[in-house]
Amino acid sequence: MSSTSAQSARTRTEPALVRWLLIIVALLFLGLFLFVPLAAVFAQALEKGWGAYLAAIREPDALAAVKLTLITAAISVPVNLVFGVVAAWAIAKFEFRGKQLLITLIDLPFSVSPVISGLIYVLLFGLQGWLGPWLQEHDLKIIFAVPGIALATVFVTFPFVARELIPLMEAQGKDEEEAAITLGASGFQTFWRVTIPNIKWGLLYGVILCNARAMGEFGAVSVVSGHIRGSTNTIPLHVEILYNEYNYAAAFAVASLLALLALVTLVAKSFVEWRMRENA
Amino acid sequence: MSIEIVSVNKQFGSFTALSDVNLTVPSGELTALLGPSGSGKTTLLRIIAGLETPDAGSIRFDGEETTDRHVRERQVGFVFQHYALFRHMTVEQNVAFGLTVKPRKDRPSKKEIKERVHELLRLVQLEGLADRYPSQLSGGQRQRVALARALAVEPKVLLLDEPFGALDAKVRVELRRWLRRLHDEIHVTSVFVTHDQEEALEVADRIVVMNKGRIEQVGTPAEVYDQPANPFVFDFLGSVNLFHCRSEQGQARAAVPELSVGYVRSHDIEVERRQNDGAVEAEVRHIQAVGPAVRVELLVRGTGKTVEAELSRDGADRLALGVGETVYARPRKMQRFVGDYQI
Repeated sequence: MSSTSAQSARTRTEPALVRWLLIIVALLFLGLFLFVPLAAVFAQALEKGWGAYLAAIREPDALAAVKLTLITAAISVPVNLVFGVVAAWAIAKFEFRGKQLLITLIDLPFSVSPVISGLIYVLLFGLQGWLGPWLQEHDLKIIFAVPGIALATVFVTFPFVARELIPLMEAQGKDEEEAAITLGASGFQTFWRVTIPNIKWGLLYGVILCNARAMGEFGAVSVVSGHIRGSTNTIPLHVEILYNEYNYAAAFAVASLLALLALVTLVAKSFVEWRMRENA
Repeated sequence: MSIEIVSVNKQFGSFTALSDVNLTVPSGELTALLGPSGSGKTTLLRIIAGLETPDAGSIRFDGEETTDRHVRERQVGFVFQHYALFRHMTVEQNVAFGLTVKPRKDRPSKKEIKERVHELLRLVQLEGLADRYPSQLSGGQRQRVALARALAVEPKVLLLDEPFGALDAKVRVELRRWLRRLHDEIHVTSVFVTHDQEEALEVADRIVVMNKGRIEQVGTPAEVYDQPANPFVFDFLGSVNLFHCRSEQGQARAAVPELSVGYVRSHDIEVERRQNDGAVEAEVRHIQAVGPAVRVELLVRGTGKTVEAELSRDGADRLALGVGETVYARPRKMQRFVGDYQI
């Protein structure tokens, strides 16, 4: 019995050599392209010792960049959280004309280069743009200011929550919501007590990815920011400026903050994925 | 509470789900909507619940116009085919849901809710499982939780959409008998949808046979089975054999002889070894024992048509049939419908 099952296992899978080869290739690739650069970031950052590292992070321009990055994330994540839930709800629970178009539009930021996303806002709100003169008359600054950075970040990050929720909500169907309203629940009660608990892990997952991208976005933000030190620089932009000034240790020190964010995101993501599997 | 459905129409794009449906469901009865898939039975049930709106026509509860009333205010209990239990809530929380979402002034106290929930769980025989989550229950248990949850708000009407459709055969039979007994205890006006004729015949007080968005016949199980109104009902409620014959009555009345078709159920075909009056000669093609019955496929000599007869085990043993042998088949009971009908 055991010999036949071992035999059938052998016929079903690849030879051990092929299996190990594939695993080693995958690990080597990951090591070369992910782990080595990540280690290099920390090595470079600490090249001149802990003192220089902390000084680079505590420097006022660096702190301003951290603050702006946090503000940008604090605006774009909640906006996209609400938008993502609304869009996913509409797509998963209703039938309407133009549904496919809406799904395509939600994916747009993934298919457009971030630089173009930033340029759209320059063309709209810049001095030479459509709304530029009007904005200037009313003394409103969007481009080369915080609102422009927030807008560009919102644009680039809006697919994350919606994309995560649409398949989840479509798979869950609307039976539970229908059951809730036949039992007398209001729309609001149904949403809070039935829909949200069912999608909470997927929602959190989308928020984590959205946040990581909002903090790390470079291209779109670079176009609209104007690179004003201490005022319109986010962490990625600040890293670039330091690097261009040959201030490598400081550049890598600030970059290590983003690398840490990536690691935290990875851990949080794995935890949420594990919870989603447990709940499924 | 009685339900009246008056000239209800419903269209989904180019598909007609219901066309001019009229039906009265008497108070306190257990009514089955029976039909093949796509016959409109589930749509009708959802319209009664208020989960779909009819394109035309009206729904009345106890004579009172209800068509435009929101689901939430209709006081219906709805049981879904796939249970639709709230997966993140325990059994107790599921059953209590309808009570906890009531406006504060109508909401019972926590203690009263708990008592009511446990009383319902006793009714559906799930008392020990109050703290379990739906994923920890079997299909039959889940459906009973769904039923308790629907009953918690004391609905005036209980609507069940293929309530046993997702269960295994044995559990399905147990649960439908249990539902019948439960209904005899609580007497709430109930409508359930099914495509299983056996289920409808066994459980319902009245059966509404539906096909292609229309009602074909309404009657007690005995009526629809013994006096089917048309060939569709005859066919849908059991296995059937067709005998084409020229109707003598038709011949007498009309100049052109009308073609009538005789419908005979498989178990109403008598198979004999000896030629008798009205019997046709046939060859045994296939013999298959199915549980307590034996199905015999017969080829009627000279016509090339096959007839299926269902015999009891005893009857089959007595005949000791073998494939290829010649026998004589005679319909014990036949119903004629004028006109041709394709099965």
